[in-house]
Amino acid sequence: MRKVHSKILSIIGNVITVKAKDVSYQELAEVRSSRGKSLAQVIKVDGDLVSLQVFAGSRGISTNDQVIFLGYPMKVSFSEDMLGRVFDGSGRPRDKGPSLTENTIEISGPTVNPVKRTIPERMIRTNIPMIDVFNSLVVSQKLPIFSISGEPYNELLARIALQAEADMIILGGIGLKHDQYLFFKNKLEEGGALSRSVFFVHTASDPVVEGLMIPDLCLAVAEKFALENKDVLVLLSDMTNFADALKEIAITMEQVPSNRGYPGDLYSQLAKRYEKAVEFEDAGSITVLSVTTMPGDDVTHPVPDNTGYITEGQFYLRGGSIAPFGSLSRLKQQVNDKTRKDHRAIMDGMIQLYAQYRDTEEKRSMGFRMSSWDKKLLKYGKLFESEMMDLAVNIPLEKALDNGWQILSDCFEPEETSFRSDLIKEFWPNGKS
Amino acid sequence: MKKSGKITAISGNMITVEFAESVSQNEVGYVVANQQRLKSEVIRINQNTVSMQVFEDTKGIKVGDKVEFSGEMISVELGPGLLGQVYDGLQNPLHDLAKEFGVFLPRGKQLEAVDSKKKWHFRPKENIKGKKVSAGQPLGYVEEGIFKHFIFVPFSAKGDLTVEEISSEGDYKVKDKIAVLGNQSGNKIKVTMVANWPVKVPISAYTQKFTPQESLVTKMRILDTFFPVAKGGTYCIPGPFGSGKTVLQQLISRYADVDVVVLAACGERAGEVVETLKEFPKLKDPRTGRSLMERTIVICNTSSMPVAARDASVYTAATLGEYYRQMGLNVLLLADSTSRWAQAMREISGRLEEIPGEEAYPAYLESRIAEFYERAGQVQLPFDKKGSLTIGGTVSPAGGNFDEPVTQSTLKVVGAFHGLSRDRANARKYPSVDPLQSWSRYQTPLDKNKVQKAKDVLTKGDEVDQMMKVVGEEGTSIDDYQVYLKAEFLDAVYLQQNGFNPVDAATGIKRQTYVFDKIFSILDVKFSFSDKDQARKMFYKLRSLFIDWNYTEQGSDKYENLEKEIDQFLSSQKQKEEGE
Repeated sequence: MRKVHSKILSIIGNVITVKAKDVSYQELAEVRSSRGKSLAQVIKVDGDLVSLQVFAGSRGISTNDQVIFLGYPMKVSFSEDMLGRVFDGSGRPRDKGPSLTENTIEISGPTVNPVKRTIPERMIRTNIPMIDVFNSLVVSQKLPIFSISGEPYNELLARIALQAEADMIILGGIGLKHDQYLFFKNKLEEGGALSRSVFFVHTASDPVVEGLMIPDLCLAVAEKFALENKDVLVLLSDMTNFADALKEIAITMEQVPSNRGYPGDLYSQLAKRYEKAVEFEDAGSITVLSVTTMPGDDVTHPVPDNTGYITEGQFYLRGGSIAPFGSLSRLKQQVNDKTRKDHRAIMDGMIQLYAQYRDTEEKRSMGFRMSSWDKKLLKYGKLFESEMMDLAVNIPLEKALDNGWQILSDCFEPEETSFRSDLIKEFWPNGKS
Repeated sequence: MKKSGKITAISGNMITVEFAESVSQNEVGYVVANQQRLKSEVIRINQNTVSMQVFEDTKGIKVGDKVEFSGEMISVELGPGLLGQVYDGLQNPLHDLAKEFGVFLPRGKQLEAVDSKKKWHFRPKENIKGKKVSAGQPLGYVEEGIFKHFIFVPFSAKGDLTVEEISSEGDYKVKDKIAVLGNQSGNKIKVTMVANWPVKVPISAYTQKFTPQESLVTKMRILDTFFPVAKGGTYCIPGPFGSGKTVLQQLISRYADVDVVVLAACGERAGEVVETLKEFPKLKDPRTGRSLMERTIVICNTSSMPVAARDASVYTAATLGEYYRQMGLNVLLLADSTSRWAQAMREISGRLEEIPGEEAYPAYLESRIAEFYERAGQVQLPFDKKGSLTIGGTVSPAGGNFDEPVTQSTLKVVGAFHGLSRDRANARKYPSVDPLQSWSRYQTPLDKNKVQKAKDVLTKGDEVDQMMKVVGEEGTSIDDYQVYLKAEFLDAVYLQQNGFNPVDAATGIKRQTYVFDKIFSILDVKFSFSDKDQARKMFYKLRSLFIDWNYTEQGSDKYENLEKEIDQFLSSQKQKEEGE
């Protein structure tokens, strides 16, 4: 029988302190209060003083409530039964289904030995030209969407998830608005993907601390599936909320903040999660797509800044489309030479011309006179935005490349572009050149 | 009976331990918990408690768990067989770990860094028996790849020693006795081929440290010509994310003209290390024709591996670098990224509740960084050889702002600064080293005056560019416009280099000198153009000719033909002017 501790010494923020012996670091405990049961995790031990973060928040906890240490760290049940189910940040069912207790696995497990990774080389097709053509997504990539609040980032995530043909989709919602959660659910249901999805959802109305476990829960389950030869896609929205939860706990624990109140280990904490993205040498893979909202559209804010150093590129979502500049997939070189021989040329050539269009657009707005070349660029820019950048465009890579040549031939003479002559001969639409 | 203590508090990767007898600063201890032994290091002693950082995940540790002290500082094993290895920050061999424990890194497991079963063919130095020797002098050697791997009189030995016994030529395991040395007080020292050395103490078995003067050729034109690095020197590469730091380091690690490269992947992405691990064995070292991996050691402590070991990893790398320097080799240590190392210091300092300095970095940040870079240098060894250790570190400044503690502390101590710019990276101008911001205190191997004049062209070109943004092209004089085009031309054909093109990726110093002189002859002429269109056309034409030229192998027919074409084009331009 586990010992019950019924004297809580202090309650500060969502952290409570009790006197207890024989408690191990990061062990779980159950806190029973008038509001019900909540899980709590040991985050500091000092002699016989044990500090715990309470997932359901400390609101309403009284000093004589019971704390029972469970003797094990955070775990999650893992089985095929999870498919189609929804859980909360403590791993309890959020839907009306039964709770799963069998076959539990440890979360936040050890790191993959770097020599056991492989160089990723499978492209994920999304049918979004801005991704497929210009910044191809690759299996096992970790990639955030940087955007300000209000952009359709969750819509984009859901679309990629459905399009990506992954064996499994695991959605982690951190501070997700309830309607956004319903949106994901409906989208996946419409797309027929619900039966291969697992949800771990922490909504904006849940206690902040409960969101802290979401990435670890998702990634632990994903890792198990990946080891069973599945290609798993993990969606995390929104990691800025995760960082804010870390900040809250760090400040409660009186840790010295480093930058805008965030703890000094923010980089390591984020990296520990993102680095779970992997392609195993002889098993499946984990691809991580996340959303990082940038407060004030400021990419130098600590959360996007640290994220950018960890992830393999980023997509900037601005004005409802993926920005052609700044967006980057660091792994695209691994795949875009194996698709079609004009892929790289179109990727570079069209972006360079679009950059020239931006300069011309700037000149135009400042009132400079437009030359005939400028006018061509203006026409090109508009076409590029409507045929390539618009997120409503939903076409396979090959069609997108063909469209690219069509746009080019609509606007320019072949020699005005910098394409190699053999490509022009083969791909430039006939009759126009 | 080993000394031991008991844990009294746990917070993150920091534990507090009560001890009875004595402990020393930086001593290694092992936490004994759940049948595992977790390596940790003493970092603060306060009366009868010590604070220790644990090099592994602390999950599951309890108050009251035992800690065994080892009496030694964190050290590495030095001996033949280090080249080609992939270690974690504490010199655990990752390939062996994978063989034994599978996909995941096990907790609390250490394997031997130098294979004690493998035999090496030892050749003693001639007539060494009975001779007087001192620390760092060779007793003989084994062949490790293409190098003579010397077996030394221990670096820690003091004064003169006499070689009393020496093994004859033959195959030995690294822990077999190779020699016995006697010191003046009559003690005997047994020498094997492997020795331990504490990582935080520099190896100082040399007689003199020189001013770095000889160029270290990286085969990057912008670096070698404009911002050179010297053998035994130091440099840093700060840059925001996405500016190509890691790619630049990878290219240097491939092409740099050195004997041994130590790569310290410190707190960065595992994926990038994987590229090195999988590709280096397949790539050929242009100097030797053998696999690049044979001259490389990788110290790999990626971002999700424990933070405390990240702190140790740069020291481990520096120690291995110094060891090969002792053999008279030129060693290059590339640390990517030193900011992650500094952040590890910050995390540990925070747990110790030290009073924070700027951006919560500890007050000793600057001195630690200085100490690290000071381990570089070209030295006279205690025998007839010189060796060098060059250190290059990337810095990942928060928000890409160089005005932050790690960048600033680093700039104070390094000899060259290769600042990367996000603007250049966004414009796909690689390597994205900013020519207006970067500097180097080392001598360029090219003509100093010409290089300075070329830099002036870049500066003036940038001024004209800025001005043009305000007054437009129409408002710019033709002379100014010419300067702008020259700067653009120099940038496009010389500063930028295509790392994916097999020829352009690496330009040796001879070719650099030749091409630079030709470009300089263009920069130095004042052309008289009738209008801007004509000027632009000429420079665009020159640009495409030069880029093609850069992509062709020196000495090939195509190379000769392109050069002729360039020369003809230039002389036709000059004639036209004379005609006018």
